[in-house]
Amino acid sequence: MSRRVLGLILLAVGVVAIILISLAFGTRQIAFDAVVAAILDPDPSNNDHDVVRDLRVPRTIIGLLAGAALAVAGGIMQGLTRNPLADPGLLGVNAGASLFVVLGITFLGVTAASGYIWFAFAGAAAATVLVYAVGSGRRGSPTPVTLTLSGAAVTAVLTSAITLVLLSNLDTLNQYRFWSVGSLVGRDLSAVSVVVPFLGLGLLLAAIVSRMLNVLALGDDVARGLGQNVMLARVLAGIAIVILCGGATAIAGPIVFVGLVVPHIVRRFTGPDYRWILAYSVLLGPILLVLADVVGRLIVQPTELEAGIVVAFLGAPMLIALVRRSRVGAL
Amino acid sequence: MTVVSAARTVRRSRARLVIAVLLLCVLAVAAVSLAVGAYTVSIPDLLATLVGQGGAKNEFIVLRLRLPRMTMAVLAGLAFGLAGALFQSLLGNPLASPDLIGITSGASVSAVFAILVLGLSGFAVSGFAFVGALVVATAIYLLSWRSGIAGYRFVLVGIGIAFMAQAALGYLLTRADVRDAQGALVWMVGSLSGTQWIEVAVAAISIGVLVPAVSLLAPKLRMLQLGDETARGLGVRVDLSRVLLLGVAVALAASATAAVGPIAFVAFVSGPIARRLVPGTSLVPSALIGILLVLTADFASQHLLPGGVQVPVGIITGAIGAPYLLWLLASSRSRTEA
Repeated sequence: MSRRVLGLILLAVGVVAIILISLAFGTRQIAFDAVVAAILDPDPSNNDHDVVRDLRVPRTIIGLLAGAALAVAGGIMQGLTRNPLADPGLLGVNAGASLFVVLGITFLGVTAASGYIWFAFAGAAAATVLVYAVGSGRRGSPTPVTLTLSGAAVTAVLTSAITLVLLSNLDTLNQYRFWSVGSLVGRDLSAVSVVVPFLGLGLLLAAIVSRMLNVLALGDDVARGLGQNVMLARVLAGIAIVILCGGATAIAGPIVFVGLVVPHIVRRFTGPDYRWILAYSVLLGPILLVLADVVGRLIVQPTELEAGIVVAFLGAPMLIALVRRSRVGAL
Repeated sequence: MTVVSAARTVRRSRARLVIAVLLLCVLAVAAVSLAVGAYTVSIPDLLATLVGQGGAKNEFIVLRLRLPRMTMAVLAGLAFGLAGALFQSLLGNPLASPDLIGITSGASVSAVFAILVLGLSGFAVSGFAFVGALVVATAIYLLSWRSGIAGYRFVLVGIGIAFMAQAALGYLLTRADVRDAQGALVWMVGSLSGTQWIEVAVAAISIGVLVPAVSLLAPKLRMLQLGDETARGLGVRVDLSRVLLLGVAVALAASATAAVGPIAFVAFVSGPIARRLVPGTSLVPSALIGILLVLTADFASQHLLPGGVQVPVGIITGAIGAPYLLWLLASSRSRTEA
């Protein structure tokens, strides 16, 4: 068995382990057999069972889905832009989703997560198209630097607009600040069921574009020489990014870092082949995000820390360690 | 005259022209921002007021309300513009501006902590912001040090720190009373409203010390840009010079952020715009563009919005600085230029 397949199996085991950990640990201590019973043989009168089924199961599912979607989206972005810094947070996708959610809350009175979804989607899509169009410029093909700069610029414009709305509207600020830290709690499972088909489509597209990304990595001219339809590959990759980031943001809020750090980590084991990078990411992303959520439940008891906050504090040292060890710039 | 020296002369005269034009623009915007407002002062009255012959009402409006605000805008723009250009040329990366790599976010976290948790205001908040920026910058420097500083490593470590700072800000904002959170948000955007002379004085002292330091170190920067090897060959102590230059740049960004908050984007765009006007690293044009940006944005934030709305200046710099950068990117001809 090759080393890469073995790694994939280990990661799958890790996903199962993190699911069990996420169901078993929390602010409220519940014995493991009670957790198992809550899943297999629920007793509606048992409070422990309610906690597991109504709180821990949904947040675990959301963490798994959002983690996988963000990590894969980050991987595709890095391939598409040939930019190791690409991350939904950096390329404006989060800011776009956030602006639309803020506008939805302020002007249309949206309050529930199931209502945020479409705004987050539309905003992510609009921002992605804008960043890409600007980064491409006249030449029709973006360079890593122009794309990252245009992402930063678009983020700054959108953040200004978001802040303007927040400064003038106290109610919106009150709702938005909780959504914006990226929490897996208090989200609506009906919203999740709406997003799941989209995430499935996004992952399918990711599987399709992974081979194209390998060819794109050789540069546009070589890719064309090899018979790759560069435009088609870019459009498909862009759609995958929008669907995955938009869906993840819709259910979990704007979570940074997963998309940046996961492909970075897995690349060390998989090498530059995007089929492997994305396959590893789809498993490591959920592990990182759910782990962050579990850590957030345990470290500041009796209260909790949102997953989005924990992931930044876990992910940043990981990224820094990685940057220190590797020859950076070599993607 | 050789071709090289001819080219150099052309570049130098172009730089002089650009600087002269920028200075004129700065003077014009400064004069307008002193004269125009709810109560407009005519230019002769303005000049008379500035030399102490303007009458009580004009003196109050110009000298007490508008002049400190305008001076602060100049100081902050100068410091942000200069800091951004120094970072970008030292690290050879257009993304290496203090706002993207977490230095201003570090200042924000520290200041917001002072506002929301310690309940401080005024100079104490500025002090916290200043120290926060220095701490974060030192952390980035130490963490990215590995037998030297590589621009890419510095930027990546900085982005990691920026993410952490953003998370900490989110944490502080969700745990506070929503009204206090809104107050902190105003600080986080960057605002010049209600600037007092005493605040201007403090900013002027710190920035006034740092600017001569930059001009002393500028020749070293030019040699560093020839590459480390060449610079060493010319007798430059490469690592020491880089630390000193980075230190001055950080102190500039920290002083400006402490004084007015992290006004978005000025540090990031001033250098690229200056490079477009004058090829090569151009510190003086960058500083002037920083000034022009903050002055113009502050004027717009007070007087140009529909319905008489007033917003913090940082909202406007985000809204006018960013499209300009977008346009720069979209229209740049060569791939390497950006």
